[in-house]
Amino acid sequence: MTTALTEIKHLPTLILLVCCEYLAIFKKTVAMHEVFLCRVAAHPILRKDLNFHVFLEYNQDLSVRGKNKKEKLEDFFKNMVKSADGVIVSGVKDVDDFFEHERTFLVEYHNRVKDASGKSDKMTRSHKSVADDCNRIGSSLYTLGTQDSTDMCKFFLKVSELFDKTRKIEARVSADEDLKLSDLLKYYLRESQAAKDLLYRRSRSLVDYENANKALDKARAKNKDVLQAETTQQVCCQKFEKISESAKQELVDFKTRRVAAFRKNLVELAELELKHAKGNLQLLQSCLAVLNGDT
Amino acid sequence: MAAEREPPPLGEARQPELEELEDGEDLFTSTVSTLESSPSSPEPASLPTEDISTNSNGPKTAEIILDDDREDLFAEATEEVSLDSPEREPILSPDPTPAITPVTPTTLVTPRMESKSITAPVIFDRSREEIEEEANGDVFDIEINVSDPEKVGDGMNAYMAYRVTTKTSLSMFHKNEFSVKRRFSDFLGLHSKLATKYLHVGYIVPPAPEKSIVGMTKVKVGKEDSSSTEFVEKRRAALERYLQRTVKHPTLLQDPDLRQFLESSELPRAVNTQALSGAGILRMVNKAADAVNKMTIKMNESDAWFEEKQQQFENLDQQLRKLHASVEALVCHRKELSANTAAFAKSAAMLGNSEDHTALSRALSQLAEVEEKIDQLHQEQAFADFYVFSELLGDYIRLIAAVKGVLDHRMKCWQKWQDAQVTLQKKREAEAKLQLANKPDKLQQAKDEIKEWETKVQQGERDFEQISKTIRKEVGRFEKERVKDFKTVIIKYLESLVQTQQQLIKYWEAFLPEAKAIA
Repeated sequence: MTTALTEIKHLPTLILLVCCEYLAIFKKTVAMHEVFLCRVAAHPILRKDLNFHVFLEYNQDLSVRGKNKKEKLEDFFKNMVKSADGVIVSGVKDVDDFFEHERTFLVEYHNRVKDASGKSDKMTRSHKSVADDCNRIGSSLYTLGTQDSTDMCKFFLKVSELFDKTRKIEARVSADEDLKLSDLLKYYLRESQAAKDLLYRRSRSLVDYENANKALDKARAKNKDVLQAETTQQVCCQKFEKISESAKQELVDFKTRRVAAFRKNLVELAELELKHAKGNLQLLQSCLAVLNGDT
Repeated sequence: MAAEREPPPLGEARQPELEELEDGEDLFTSTVSTLESSPSSPEPASLPTEDISTNSNGPKTAEIILDDDREDLFAEATEEVSLDSPEREPILSPDPTPAITPVTPTTLVTPRMESKSITAPVIFDRSREEIEEEANGDVFDIEINVSDPEKVGDGMNAYMAYRVTTKTSLSMFHKNEFSVKRRFSDFLGLHSKLATKYLHVGYIVPPAPEKSIVGMTKVKVGKEDSSSTEFVEKRRAALERYLQRTVKHPTLLQDPDLRQFLESSELPRAVNTQALSGAGILRMVNKAADAVNKMTIKMNESDAWFEEKQQQFENLDQQLRKLHASVEALVCHRKELSANTAAFAKSAAMLGNSEDHTALSRALSQLAEVEEKIDQLHQEQAFADFYVFSELLGDYIRLIAAVKGVLDHRMKCWQKWQDAQVTLQKKREAEAKLQLANKPDKLQQAKDEIKEWETKVQQGERDFEQISKTIRKEVGRFEKERVKDFKTVIIKYLESLVQTQQQLIKYWEAFLPEAKAIA
């Protein structure tokens, strides 16, 4: 009978737990969406996109169609081609120092961010496990406290209360680490991938440009379709120069944004960790004061 | 065995009285004992100095401690033996002498001490000086440390030897500070001896640490990795706690075997503690028999106190096991957290290296350093989780099993008493029949048997009352100890958590300006 009662007593805690979890995930999702929208709004070209404006302004339901099978298949093939190409294209050394440096940097950076992101995830999950264990310990102590016939019962109940409270803080630590660190790294994983893709597109364009040059030389040599070859070459050249220019800007922006985002998140992470540690410390010390005063 | 028989502690003066026993009595019932004999027990010459007294500060329970193979020789004496020899200085005590009955499956006669009356003084064989010393108040002052695990030997015959250091001001020991080398089986042997002597009369004997074939094999094989060092450390700490608990028990502290264990430089090898020895198998058989018996004993509990306690200990056992499992999970997860933090630290360092913005790069390296320190912190905390909290819970789960064992012994004792009553009834009926049949020779025998069983019934009742009394006292002491232990340990554990948080604050406070410095 008593066990059933204690379980019912814990039901509101369970509900609270689920709500806390939900809130944490909700906060995360909201934060990610906000970052995304700010990025688009800050982008010189994308901010002018009609779809973006509609998204922000249309005050009724946007019925967005999901990708159908055909489109998903297209995406899949595009990725295949890209990675195959990417291998070929990355072999080509770039004349431009800036882009060469960027390429080397991005490849290494991307890999390391990937690694860090994975490890950060694992760390955050471990933190959560520890918090969950504290929760179970708290409820065990509670049961011990209600059952005990000696003056341990007050003691157990106080410690159970402590564990309940510290558990909440530990869970918060885990959630904040997830938000400020893991999510940051995940985001820059995708960003660095996007940057790599940009470089890839530029390299493709360079290859096209060089091919067009060769074709032009051939045409001139054979004196056949020279005009066509010249036009193609010019188009390729323009494309290449345009993409090079925007790519340069994008990459510079990428660095600025990255530095700012890391700074913001690391500062916030440190501040939150401090806040939680101080909170934990205060709980522990006040509990110890009560327990030591009792004995 | 007869050659190694020790005279009973009541001194040589008793021996002539042995002749007065009936011929029919087997004085040396071979108890199928799971104990090895203790050949190094003190010789009769040193008997007067043997301290078999209660601690004057402890409870006033008086009892006579017997070693198993020293049978006490007053089995079924029809003549009351006089205990009032002039040279003995009786210690007045309000308690009756408990009967110490080695519980074995083949006991036919239970040798025991008989006191003249319920209020008979307990006889100790001690010199006058010692009695006075005790009266002056030996403060309970004994400190035991188990340290310096050392591997002895090679291969599968290797074992770990531990140094047991005792610091004490108690007069019963020869020196104030001394140390000996003991191996794990020695500890098990000690516990085995104490358990056989004291458990069935209601004393809660602290259980010894558990054997671990896997753990020891690793050590024997010579693996010098962290898991075997952890194992050895875990065992060392457990052995230390075991001895500390045992000496805290005022009755056990007086035991000569315990003293020998702490003092003697040489101790006979306790072979019978090995699992697969003949004695080990016998132990298992006994355990199984006990379990069956427990199920069939339906006791009419007239004492609500015992019923309540039984239930309480059942509940406590359940809850402690749950808590223990949760704490073990916590230890495991915190170790994982530590490992994952370390991995992340390395990863962050690498990321910092490849970051080409200088300030951010430096900040990331700092983050890596912080996380590395935090990983250390987690490791230390996991260590505390385990050694402070988890092991305490494990110890108490085993202790409660000992308490439950003692309560079971009481039930067995009750059963024996009931059985004696039944037998007595049968004997009376048989006698009545013989009366009618008019067979004078058999009648006398029947009358004698009735007398015998009447005595047994009386003894059974006394035993039962004694064990009940002892258990009450023991449980009271146990609960006090438990409360003290738990409070101390939990406070220590919370203090370790405080330390961790304080360190965390230090580390993050150091990091914050670095993060803010990113420009």
